[in-house]
Amino acid sequence: MIALEKRPQPSRFWTFATPLLAVILTMICGGLLFAALGKNPFETIRTIFFDPLFSEFAWFYRPQLLIKGAPLVLIAIGLSFGFRAGIWNIGAEGQYIVGAICGAAVGLAFYPTESFIIFPLMIVAGALGGLLWAMIPGVLRVKFGTNEILVSLMLVYVAEQLLASMALGALRNPDGMGFPGSRNLSQYPSAANLEIIQGSGMHWGVLTAFIAVIFAYVALSRHVFGFHVRLAGQSPRAARFAGVNPAALILICMGLSGALAGLAGLFEVAGPAGQISIDFNVGYGFTAIIVAFLGRLHPVGILLAGGLMALTYIGGEIAQSNLGLPLAAIQLMQGMLLFFLLAVDVLTNYRMRFGQGKPA
Amino acid sequence: MTMKTILAGATLALGMATGAFADGHQTKVGFVYVGPVGDGGWTYEHDQGRLAVEEHFGDAVETVFVESVPEGPDAERVMTQMALGGADLIFTTSFGYMDQTINIAAKFPDVKFEHATGYKQADNVSVYSARFYEGRAVQGHIAGHMTESNIIGYIASFPIPEVIRGINAAYIHAREVNPDVEFKIIWAYTWFDPAKEAEAATVLIEQGADVILQHTDSTAPQAAAQAAGNVVTFGQASDMAEFGPFPRVSSIIDNWAPYYIARTQAVIDGTWESTNTWDGIGPGMVGIGEITDAVPAEVKASAEAMVEALRTGEYHAFTGPINKQDGSAWLADGEVADDGTLAGMNFYVEGLTGDIPQ
Repeated sequence: MIALEKRPQPSRFWTFATPLLAVILTMICGGLLFAALGKNPFETIRTIFFDPLFSEFAWFYRPQLLIKGAPLVLIAIGLSFGFRAGIWNIGAEGQYIVGAICGAAVGLAFYPTESFIIFPLMIVAGALGGLLWAMIPGVLRVKFGTNEILVSLMLVYVAEQLLASMALGALRNPDGMGFPGSRNLSQYPSAANLEIIQGSGMHWGVLTAFIAVIFAYVALSRHVFGFHVRLAGQSPRAARFAGVNPAALILICMGLSGALAGLAGLFEVAGPAGQISIDFNVGYGFTAIIVAFLGRLHPVGILLAGGLMALTYIGGEIAQSNLGLPLAAIQLMQGMLLFFLLAVDVLTNYRMRFGQGKPA
Repeated sequence: MTMKTILAGATLALGMATGAFADGHQTKVGFVYVGPVGDGGWTYEHDQGRLAVEEHFGDAVETVFVESVPEGPDAERVMTQMALGGADLIFTTSFGYMDQTINIAAKFPDVKFEHATGYKQADNVSVYSARFYEGRAVQGHIAGHMTESNIIGYIASFPIPEVIRGINAAYIHAREVNPDVEFKIIWAYTWFDPAKEAEAATVLIEQGADVILQHTDSTAPQAAAQAAGNVVTFGQASDMAEFGPFPRVSSIIDNWAPYYIARTQAVIDGTWESTNTWDGIGPGMVGIGEITDAVPAEVKASAEAMVEALRTGEYHAFTGPINKQDGSAWLADGEVADDGTLAGMNFYVEGLTGDIPQ
């Protein structure tokens, strides 16, 4: 018999060991899956997890990891504050879209003027756009007690419609022969989010993501705001006694996550994506929720989790093209990763007892 | 130099050439797909083209593909990765890959690129598309005859010239045989989303449509029509024959295989050049699926006559007199549309109601 016994304190060891264990279990079960599909499991696992980092073409894939991982990390860092405090912003995808629209609109308004001030203005507009979009569920929650999960999620679909309307209307490229989509910002020097070091993948969004990780780390461990956030999540009653204003906390957490998601959108639209198009968003806002939890809502964990997620995306593409693996198999493996993480999570808070489990 | 040494040299060169071939210098051809290969429509037909290339060339050609690639930075990475992986020729099979294809092609001048349905060319980027509007004309002709409610539903994907051309071509030929016909258009903003497509079909049927035309790739509208019972549909991109003989009464089939084989051959021969191909029923890039017996014999005969006239070039699907939606003249009597106007078409023809989303 195996019995589970609650630990008095969450285990420090398992807090760090469970993500690793989840990755290993994913590799094993993923390998079995690939073997069942008639592929060499070792080669497949190597292709997905190691080739992007160490293969012949790693010089190309390593920068791509930064490009793919940065928006995930930036959004997840913002979400982690709210998630710690029990404030559930599920609509980062929408805030990402609105941030991109606002930032791009500012850039396009100046076209074709060249000035060093344009890109900073776009950054401000992107952050503000995301922040205001997140304020809708925030204010509704504070004023009317609505559920921020539902409102923020529903606003994603509103944002998608807004995006389509912008790509077809106000922001459409006048020289685009009637096709939808804005001008390409990455070809407009003053508005382009270029690589800081050529060929490194290190664009301004990647830098911002790293800075966000550092700020989040300091805020959570050294600042009274981080203390309030953690307290509100662990014990709302104690938080009230400690003088935490719940309404202010909700607005700050929603605003922060919205602003960071908006920034991620702006950096994406001005750099890798280049233009506002109908299907500009590819789900970073939702994947970031997984990244936040995979990283245990800890800034450093999120950084690593964002990297791992980016790795499975890029490695998955290599496996598709080089080994002929279907996309569904890759997605299944990504799903397994989250599943195993949640499953082994039990070890953090519970201890396994083998033999005769007698209730204490 | 004696004759003998020349011959020896030639033999040696030949030996090296065939040797290199036997070493397996395979030509590698990559395909980037916007949907899953099992979509039963657009991507499925491109994949059939890929398989035809494999079958035609055997071991001389290796093909690789990546499916469901979003039309953004991910597409650039997939293309780069294929080019790095040794691809000699890459087909990017969705309109939304246009800028990405141009960007990556500039970084790999030795790799040839072929972009479907776009308009930007470069020294190593060709564009190719099919004159699907010819097939739409035939659909419109049959649809105009088949409808009893005089309401034809149209599931449109994105408001781009390609789709607007299809709507116009279908409407002109439906009205030609049935002046009372009315088009109800739903914009799905997707190429492939079975749930959305089924919903759009159901809404159209509830609004009284008894014929559904679709410019989206899944078979979901066919299934919705089948469930409704008395609604006519047409296969899109692929034959979708499994829904025949009713509701699916005919189809537009994209036949990419001959083009893909020809372009691969050109790369092998070293004769590849950047071209702009826009082929229709004539060269066989657009096929019309079998018109089933659910269609009255005389309608079937007139539709087949139209296919034949389009095939020989005797008839153009946009032949005047045609006015624009606002009543202004577009084509005079007997005038045919030029390719430039068709390629950038952003207006409805007279008689269509509603606005193109802006």
